[in-house]
Amino acid sequence: MATAATERLRNYLEAFHRLGTDAGAQPAWVRALRDRGFARFCEAGFPTTKNEDWRFTNVNAIAQTPFQLARDARQLGAIYGDTLDACRIPGAACQLVFLNGRFAHELSELGSLPEGVRVESLAQAIAHDGKSLESHLGHYLNIERDAFAALNTAFIEDGAYVYLPRRTVLEAPIYFLFISIPTQHPEMTNPRNLIVAEDATEASIVEDYVSLGSGISFSNAVTELVAGENAVISHYLLEREDRQAFNVSTLRTQQGRSANVSSHSVLLGGGLVRNNVHPVLAGEGGECLINGLFIGNGSQHMDNYMLVEHASPHCSSRQFYNGILDGHSHGVFHGRIIVHKDAQKTDAKQTNRNLLLSDDAQIDTKPQLEIYADDVKCTHGATIGQVEENALFYLRSRGIDEASARSLLLLAFANECLDRMKCLPVREYLQELVQGWLPGISTPAGDTTANNVEIARRWEEVG
Amino acid sequence: MSLLEIKNLHANIHGNEILKGVDLTINAGEVHSIMGPNGSGKSTLAQVLARREAYTVTQGQVLLNGKDLLAMKPEEAACEGLFMAFQYPVEIPGISNAYFLRAALNAIRKYRGQEELDAMDFLPLLKEKMRLLEMDDRFLNRPVNEGFSGGEKKRNEIVQMAVLEPRMAILDETDSGLDIDALKIVAKGVNTMRAADRAILVVTHYQRLLDYIIPDYVHVLVDGRIVKSGGKELAFELEEKGYGWTEPASAAAR
Repeated sequence: MATAATERLRNYLEAFHRLGTDAGAQPAWVRALRDRGFARFCEAGFPTTKNEDWRFTNVNAIAQTPFQLARDARQLGAIYGDTLDACRIPGAACQLVFLNGRFAHELSELGSLPEGVRVESLAQAIAHDGKSLESHLGHYLNIERDAFAALNTAFIEDGAYVYLPRRTVLEAPIYFLFISIPTQHPEMTNPRNLIVAEDATEASIVEDYVSLGSGISFSNAVTELVAGENAVISHYLLEREDRQAFNVSTLRTQQGRSANVSSHSVLLGGGLVRNNVHPVLAGEGGECLINGLFIGNGSQHMDNYMLVEHASPHCSSRQFYNGILDGHSHGVFHGRIIVHKDAQKTDAKQTNRNLLLSDDAQIDTKPQLEIYADDVKCTHGATIGQVEENALFYLRSRGIDEASARSLLLLAFANECLDRMKCLPVREYLQELVQGWLPGISTPAGDTTANNVEIARRWEEVG
Repeated sequence: MSLLEIKNLHANIHGNEILKGVDLTINAGEVHSIMGPNGSGKSTLAQVLARREAYTVTQGQVLLNGKDLLAMKPEEAACEGLFMAFQYPVEIPGISNAYFLRAALNAIRKYRGQEELDAMDFLPLLKEKMRLLEMDDRFLNRPVNEGFSGGEKKRNEIVQMAVLEPRMAILDETDSGLDIDALKIVAKGVNTMRAADRAILVVTHYQRLLDYIIPDYVHVLVDGRIVKSGGKELAFELEEKGYGWTEPASAAAR
C-alpha cells in the first residue's frame, strides 16, 4: 500500500496505529468499525474540488497539514472551570465538557436526570455497555460518500452518548462543549457522538465548539442521531472556534415514523468550516426542519452541505439557511433533496437567503433535487442581496441612525433563523451572542443604483 | 413661525427633473392637502421632504421649523419632528413591531435629551395608540408589516405617527388601496393627532380621504409645480372636473 496517496497520509497512519495501541481496550466491534473507516479513508483520500460535493470548498489546507492526534489536554496544564464559564450556555440539564476530544469529568456537570436517561462519555459507554451501542454506532453514517466521515470513524475514541428511554421528556437542554486547545504542532480531534432517542421522547441537544487560545486545530466531528416513533428532538450546533481552526461536522439523523427532528446550526467562528446535515426520513409522516445561520468575515470559509433524504411517504422537510458575509469571506449553501421512489406525498421546501456586505464576500448557492417519486411537492429558492435600501430608509425615517439601522436589519435577518429555535434558554443565549458577533458594518460600495439589486431565483416543481 | 417652508424646490431622480419649483408654506395647527394626477410629483415631494437620498435637489430651500431640512439626514429630520407615512410601508421580517418602534422612539428621545423608555413604560403607550387604530395586541410581536394586509400596514403607519408625535406629519397616499372602513379608522387616527403645535400634509390622488380628514388648504400639483391653491372646496371641484382643467397648456404634452 506504499502508494503516493498513503505517503501523504502517513501522519494519519501513524496516528491510527498509535490510537490502536493506546485504546487497546476497545471491543472488537469498535476496532472493526475503525478499521473499516481507516481503510475507506486511505482509499478515498481527502476530496478535491472535482468532487461535486466539494466543488466550492478546497480542503487542501487540511490535507497539507500534518495533523497529529490531540494529546490529553490535562497534560497541557490545569484548566479552570472559571475560564469556561463565559462560554457555557446557562439553563442546561447537564453539561458534558470535552477537552481536545476527551471527556473532562472535572469540568462537566452531570446534573440529575430522570431514571433511565443516560448522558455520558462515549468511551465510558463503550467500555461499560458496548452491547447497547453496537446496534447503532456507525450504522447510519455513510463512510463511502464522505472521507471525513471515514476519518472520524477511523479515530472513534470519545464523544458524547445520550440515551433517552421511551416517553422521556427533557425540558432543559443537554449541552456538550467541545474545546480545542491549539498548540504549535497542529492537532486534530474526532469527536464522535451518538444520540438514541426512543419512541415519544422530547429533548434538545446542543453541540458547542470553542477554542481556548488561538492557532490551528482541526475538529472533525460526527453525530449520529436516531429518533424513534413520535420523538421530537432538536439539535443545535454552535461553531465559534478560532479563526484559524478547521471544523468539519456531520449530523446524520435517522427518523422513525412521525418523528420530528430539527437541526439548528449557527456558524460564527472557524477558518474553514464544513457543516454537513444529513437527515433520512425513514418512517411515514416524519418531519424535519433544517435551520441555519452563518456569519462570515475576514477570510472565513463556511460551507453548508445539506442532504435531505425522503425515504418514506407523507414526510415534510423545511430548510432555511441565512448567510451574512463580510470581508473576503466565502459562504456555500448546497441543498440536496433526494425523494426516493416510494416517498409519495413528500413536501420539501428549501430557502437560502444571503446578504453580502462587502464587494469581496462571496456566496455559492446550489439547489439539487433528485426526485424518483411522482406525487411530490418540492420547492427551492435562493436570494443574494445587500441590506435593502428601502428597509434602511424606512428605519432612518423613524429616527434611527444609519449605523444602528444597518445593525438592526442584520439582526432582523439573523433573527429569522433564531426565531425558529424552540428551546428558550438556547435561543436567548444565541440571540445575545449573535448580536455581539454581527460584523462591523461596512457601507455597501459601488454604484448606488445597484444597491437595490437583488438577484432572486425562484422556481417550483410540483410533480 | 411656519413649520414647513418650501421655496422654489427643484428635484430630480436619475437626471429626470420631477419637481420644477415648488413653493409651499405650512403653519402649525394647519392641515394641508396636495392633490394631483399620477406622475405630477406628489410622492417625490413627500420623499424629498423625508430626505430620501435617491432624489437630488438642484435648487431651492426647505425650512423645517426654521432649520435647513435639506441639510439633514433622514434620521435627523425625524428627530427634528418630521414624519412621513409611507405609501408602501416596508416589511422587516425578524424585528417585532414593538421592538422597532421603541428603538425609533428612543432614538428621537435621545436626540432631544429626553430619557429613554424601557419596555415596561413603552408597552402601555404603544397599546393605547394601537387601540386608537383598532389594531389588536398580536401586532405587537409580529414582525414589522410582515404579512399585514394593505389596510393593516397603513394603520400601522398611523400608529407609528401617534407614538412618535411629530410636529410635521406627511401622509403619502395613505388612502390608496383602503376600503371605506379602514379609511375611516385611519382618518380617525389622524384627526386625533390634529393639534395647535402640529401640522399635517396629506398627499393624495383622491378627494375621498378629504371627506374624513378635512384640510384647511388644498394645493394642486401638476408637472412638478403647484398650479392652484385654495380651501377645502377646491378638492370637491377637482373631484367633479378632474385634473385636466388645472393643467397649463405647456404641461399637457408631457
